[in-house]
Amino acid sequence: MTSIWQRIRGRGERGLTCVQVVELVTSYLEGGLSEADRARFDAHLSACDGCTNYLDQMRVTIAVVGRVDVDDIPDAMKVELMHAFRDWAPS
Amino acid sequence: MDQDDQSQEPGAAYVPPAGQAELVAALRAGDETAFTELIEELGPSMLRVARMYVSTRAVAEDVVQETWLAVLSGIGRFEGRSSLKTWIFRILTNRAKTRGEREGRSLPFSSFASDAEGDEGATVDADRFQRGGQFEGAWVSAPSRWSELPENRLVGDETIEVAHAAIAALPDSQRAVITLRDVDGWSSEEVRNVLGLSESNQRVLLHRARAKVRRALETYLEGDRS
Repeated sequence: MTSIWQRIRGRGERGLTCVQVVELVTSYLEGGLSEADRARFDAHLSACDGCTNYLDQMRVTIAVVGRVDVDDIPDAMKVELMHAFRDWAPS
Repeated sequence: MDQDDQSQEPGAAYVPPAGQAELVAALRAGDETAFTELIEELGPSMLRVARMYVSTRAVAEDVVQETWLAVLSGIGRFEGRSSLKTWIFRILTNRAKTRGEREGRSLPFSSFASDAEGDEGATVDADRFQRGGQFEGAWVSAPSRWSELPENRLVGDETIEVAHAAIAALPDSQRAVITLRDVDGWSSEEVRNVLGLSESNQRVLLHRARAKVRRALETYLEGDRS
């Protein structure tokens, strides 16, 4: 849990709130934030375990999605295409 | 149509990916291994992209097959001013669009606006954040740290199946973007080129898609917190 002092620090004058941070996570990961916004985002993270963990959950999500099986093209199509390739190829 | 006409930023010199010239030469020379590898690398994403434009998987398979035949007849004219992948997908989307129009389907991203509009709210439940008071907008209870969960739980078959099901349940445009980016490993630029999306639209679709999958994983890994 975040300590009360961390939470107060996390909400400085121009600081982001957690509810804002979660909507900026993808822009952050995509490198799409301006330098100033990135600094605000990092400042929030350094003071907020909740958002640090949320970012961690997003990274885990991306990793899990990366393991989802992609369906392959049917073998019959591959065979047909190889025939087409052989017919087409210079011999 | 089917042309090597990748549009470029004015003045930006296009640099083809490493090994592309060799690959093109191998294909032109009739190298079967090179052709098989290319089919295996691009085929699944081609099917997914084609499927967005046409009504059935069978028609999508047709489009993919036709595309490969068009690639063979056109590879001699491919000038390498775009990446081979972009060129192949341009042929694919042109053909898929034509088939989809013939089937009377609307273009997939014409539904993008409605996807986004029907779905404009926050990606995390409002109940998770404090309302009013000194800590407005802060977590009520902090999310937990998943990377500390046991590896076999995080990447177990069931967890992956939960992610798969969550992706299947997404609106078409969100599903297309998260699959190409996070399953097939495409760059944001490749996705924008092939799907004709602006940078910000691509990011919004990806954000919403990932957030929904995260939520499904949270429910599975931790039980429903709400």
